[in-house]
Amino acid sequence: MDNLLEANQVSKNYGDYRALNNVSIQVPKGSIFGLLGPNGAGKTTFIRIINQITMPDTGTVTLDGEPLQPHHIQHIGYLPEERGLYKSMKVGEQALYLAQLKGLSQAEAKKRLKHWFERLDIGDWWNKKIQELSKGMAQKIQFVVTVLHQPKLLIFDEPFSGFDPINANLIKDEILKLREEGSTVIFSTHRMESVEEICDHIALIHESNKILDGKLIDIKREFRSNTYEVGLVTENKELVAKELKERFEVAPATFKTINDELQYTIKMANGNPNDLLGYLAQQGRVTHFVEVIPSANDIFIQAVQNH
Amino acid sequence: MNHLSLIIKREYLTKVKNKAFIIMTFLSPLIMVALISLVAYLSQLNNDKVRTISVLDESGLFLYQFEDNDDLKFETLSAITLEEAKNNVQESDVYGLLYIPNSQSIDSLAQSITFFSEDSPSLIVINDIERAVRRKANSLKLEENGLDAEQIEGLRVSVQTQLETFDGQETSEIGSLLKLIFGGISGYLLFMFIIIYGNMIMRSVIEEKTSRIIEVIISSVKPIKLLLGKIIGTSLAGVTQFMVWVVLLSVLSLVVTLIFGIDPGAMQADQMQALTEAGGSEAKVYEIYAEFQKLPMTNLVIMFLLFFIGGYLLYASLYAAIGAAVDSETDTQQFLLPILVPLILAVYVGAFTVIEDPHGTVSQVFSFIPFTSPVVMLMRIPFGVPIWQQILSVVILFATFMGTVWFASKIYRVGILMYGKKASYKEIIKWLKY
Repeated sequence: MDNLLEANQVSKNYGDYRALNNVSIQVPKGSIFGLLGPNGAGKTTFIRIINQITMPDTGTVTLDGEPLQPHHIQHIGYLPEERGLYKSMKVGEQALYLAQLKGLSQAEAKKRLKHWFERLDIGDWWNKKIQELSKGMAQKIQFVVTVLHQPKLLIFDEPFSGFDPINANLIKDEILKLREEGSTVIFSTHRMESVEEICDHIALIHESNKILDGKLIDIKREFRSNTYEVGLVTENKELVAKELKERFEVAPATFKTINDELQYTIKMANGNPNDLLGYLAQQGRVTHFVEVIPSANDIFIQAVQNH
Repeated sequence: MNHLSLIIKREYLTKVKNKAFIIMTFLSPLIMVALISLVAYLSQLNNDKVRTISVLDESGLFLYQFEDNDDLKFETLSAITLEEAKNNVQESDVYGLLYIPNSQSIDSLAQSITFFSEDSPSLIVINDIERAVRRKANSLKLEENGLDAEQIEGLRVSVQTQLETFDGQETSEIGSLLKLIFGGISGYLLFMFIIIYGNMIMRSVIEEKTSRIIEVIISSVKPIKLLLGKIIGTSLAGVTQFMVWVVLLSVLSLVVTLIFGIDPGAMQADQMQALTEAGGSEAKVYEIYAEFQKLPMTNLVIMFLLFFIGGYLLYASLYAAIGAAVDSETDTQQFLLPILVPLILAVYVGAFTVIEDPHGTVSQVFSFIPFTSPVVMLMRIPFGVPIWQQILSVVILFATFMGTVWFASKIYRVGILMYGKKASYKEIIKWLKY
């Protein structure tokens, strides 16, 4: 597969503290790549290395097949977790300045800003100072300056913190739109629920090490445990429940239903789910039979435990 | 446009457009001129009163010896007793009574002259009186010993040492004074510039840190470029402010002089006069001009620029490093002290040691230490410093500057991304290894 970004055996020390330990990550072109891990795992260090804010001690990083060089900065848009803008500068001036630092000409930057300000419905903020805007409004400006130079690679570090749900949704849609327009997105977060919605690839970083990476769907397949949620309407509940517990690994489950039924999560050690379904069908009327798909959170916890 | 010039432009424009900056730029000279004018006006007001002094001369020796001047008027009393005279004076608005008793010898007479007044008179009044008495008493004493006062005056040799260096440069006392002023002004200017604009740079670094924009910026430009752009942009704003100050100050003092007739420069002129008592003012002006011509102007200007830039950049980079290391301005104190100490030391060495002996060991040593050399050397150069010393000092200064910029950019690079950590010296030394 064609990778936009490849990190090979990247390590970084801060004094005695090892922030990254031989981390290799491939980010496929056109993907939304989730960089996951708890706080302090090394995500931000890794992102700073991609942005050439810090240099790796060992290992290499390539963008589009070329080793990272200063000019690559123009092709990267970065929204840091610790973000902000000059408080006493006017919105328009500030956005122009930041865009020019990314290599856009003044005229081009102005044109694109006008477009974006209209798109996000913030056109009349041009002459306002940041300190006059609310935090959510400032975040919108910050988003615009991040994507304005149409970078090949977009890096968002905890992008939704500080956004209210409406704006968070708006930004999420914009991120998806940008991907359609050809950008590759790295999306760093410790909030797993947002990952499910938009990421197609993920890498897990834990205590400076990458412990898992790949396509989200492949990882989910790998972490599937042959577990099924079942609902069964039967005459003699107690007998069936007892027999089920003898034959399978059973845990109680709850899901919405309109029936008076047995609800279980059943984990099959190995074997065909059809055997389970066949068995259940003999006992009564099957109302519910769903494979349990591990959530990113489950995967993360399991991966950390296995590590 | 490339990054550096973009950053310089932004730094310059934000500073110049800042309201506080604009107010300071236009208000400071106004306040300064107003203050000086006020002081000048008040002291003029104070001096305006002409005081009358009655003289009761029983010896008859001092008739017409007291000349009226701007501050004092003398009137001679005769044919009354001391007690009567005292009463008269107390009743009238005469300031005081000078009583010269009759006496056998000049010596005892000179000891027994008394001045009566309501309050204790100022030093100036006493000086005026004593000078007149002394002059007359002296000539009387000479006469008594059979010497002719005028002859003695004619025999007095006027001493004025001609000062000349070995390469044939003539100097004079006025020349020395001029050099002192030139050196003092450049040294002090540099000192002020460093403190005012160094602080401004530091604050601007802290602002970028606290507003959290720093990471956005350095994902676009190298920290060292941001550091340089900040220093240069702020310095340009500083130069602009300084120029406005110079222009405003000269215009304002001119206006004040024309409208109110108060000369803020008059006070200094008075002091100058005290230093160079002899000679008419026209001759003095000419002499000052001539001495001015003799100053090694090219050398001075080139070295002024080099030391000013070098010294300023040296300190500016340290100020920036401090800004990067802390989270708020209140945390800067512990780091500012080590910067201020050599700077203040330089000014003191300049103000005391260099004036006493521009080429003494202490002056020489401090004019090579890079943290004091800009101020001290600038004060020494007008007195003639061998060119090799100047060059050596400049080289040391710029070499150190490279060192501090390296040091500062290291701290800067790490420090700007350290949020919420209180930096200690130990911590900062660790950063150098990152």
